[in-house]
Amino acid sequence: MKLYPALFALAGLAYAGTVTASEIAPDDVKIVDGAVEQPLTDSPGDPERGLVSFTGRKAGNCLACHYVESLQDDYQFHGEVGTPLDGIADAYTAAEFRAKLINPKTELPDTIMPAFYRTSGFNRAAGKFDGKTILTAQEIEDVIAYLMTLKD
Amino acid sequence: MKKLLSLTAALALVAGATFAVAELADGYVSVKPTAEDHPLDEVISGYQFRIESTRATQDDDFENPGMLLLDQALDTWSEADGAAGKSCADCHGDDPIVSMKGAGSTFPKFTEKGDHRAFRNIENQINFCRTERMEAKPWKYDKPDMLGMTILARHADRGEPVNVAVDGDAAAMFEKGKEIYYTRYGQLDMACSHCHEDNYGNYIRADHLSQGQINGFPTYRFKWQGVGSAHRRFKGCMKNIRAEPFNVGEEEFLALELYTAWRGQGLPIETPAVRN
Ligand code: HEC
Ligand code: HEC
Repeated sequence: MKLYPALFALAGLAYAGTVTASEIAPDDVKIVDGAVEQPLTDSPGDPERGLVSFTGRKAGNCLACHYVESLQDDYQFHGEVGTPLDGIADAYTAAEFRAKLINPKTELPDTIMPAFYRTSGFNRAAGKFDGKTILTAQEIEDVIAYLMTLKD
Repeated sequence: MKKLLSLTAALALVAGATFAVAELADGYVSVKPTAEDHPLDEVISGYQFRIESTRATQDDDFENPGMLLLDQALDTWSEADGAAGKSCADCHGDDPIVSMKGAGSTFPKFTEKGDHRAFRNIENQINFCRTERMEAKPWKYDKPDMLGMTILARHADRGEPVNVAVDGDAAAMFEKGKEIYYTRYGQLDMACSHCHEDNYGNYIRADHLSQGQINGFPTYRFKWQGVGSAHRRFKGCMKNIRAEPFNVGEEEFLALELYTAWRGQGLPIETPAVRN
């Protein structure tokens, strides 16, 4: 890979990956019975920031695959690939959401849904994404906080 | 929504129905797979998943921007190039639409003899003819000369069913292509099959997922503001899943081209198709 300093600077801004001392690193996460009880960070998730990750095309882009009724008016183009997520907080705990976001393949090996907090086991990941997680630890906690608001 | 056109859907259309039904009703391009081990119940052209105006652009040769490259290639056909002083016409005759019949629907395949024998798609065959027979410089992949001549060869078979051989010595390429098709790549960790087999007919954000068939390539794409090869599309899909793509014109994509062509076996060649 060639070294383009400007690209690197951008990449540093745009992508997750740096794990601070108070966070649990991707490889240290243990998914037990479809749940991860311990939050990945010390600071609690924020649902409003979570919504930003949930809808952002360069972030979680969850909306690419999942429909959410309450976002109908504000966001165009909800996907049909995943389960609609209305009322999903009635079905799962935060610890279960955490496990699904970190790596849904532990439970569902064939799923199309990406692992949002994983750095190992990828095949031909493009250079600027290699070794990086899709979302940061804090973003995972934020998205969980947003999902917890999706009650019927 | 895997069964796209059922009797109910057709009736719903008569009853003045939803956009989705109307969109799928006319010009329906699908065939039943012939191979027993085919993964799809129904093989559907990408044409079917595009909106009315996109299909109308494809249907009208005067509107279809891909036809401009075809016109240029018809001129290039008889222009001598390279040290041997030959044109395509010197070997293949004056009318490419006649002499290229049967080519477009059967590539990629093994061609030539002896040391020159290799598995080629149309692009690689064109460059073989250029370098070996015309002693001319090879054309660059996805540049107008190459795209135009590839369109010409495929267009001679427009309407003919895709008919690639996957037995004999092509079997190893087929298996390789199949393996790639079902392998997860990139940070998003998806395989071609996740989008084009498990989810065709579904929207992923604003995109209406098709079966990823290649019967229309090279294709004019509004997003590209130009024409591109099947390999360019493969590359784009791999980049979208944040993967390091394979190289255009090289073995992995040739294998994938054979395998995806087989998945669309029987679909009519549409080259140059129009997509969004
Ligand atoms: C590329 C598609 C895709 C993306 C992107 C995606 N998901 Fe999913 N998700 C799925 C699919 C498909 C399922 C259903 C499980 C299965 O059968 O694979 C699912 C299941 C889920 C479930 C469990 C639903 C249930 O009823 O069991 C939750 C919660 C969820 N996703 C949240 C998210 C969040 C939050 C994001 C973004 C950070 C996200 N998903 C991104 C495809 C996706
Ligand atoms: C994240 C989902 C996704 C994955 C994974 C994916 N594609 Fe695609 N692909 C798309 C979308 C979206 C389009 C544009 C709409 C359509 O035709 O499906 C597309 C279009 C195509 C087309 C053009 C179809 C036409 O009619 O013009 C081909 C060919 C194709 N993909 C092949 C592949 C191959 C081969 C792979 C694996 C290397 C792959 N795709 C992986 C989403 C995906």
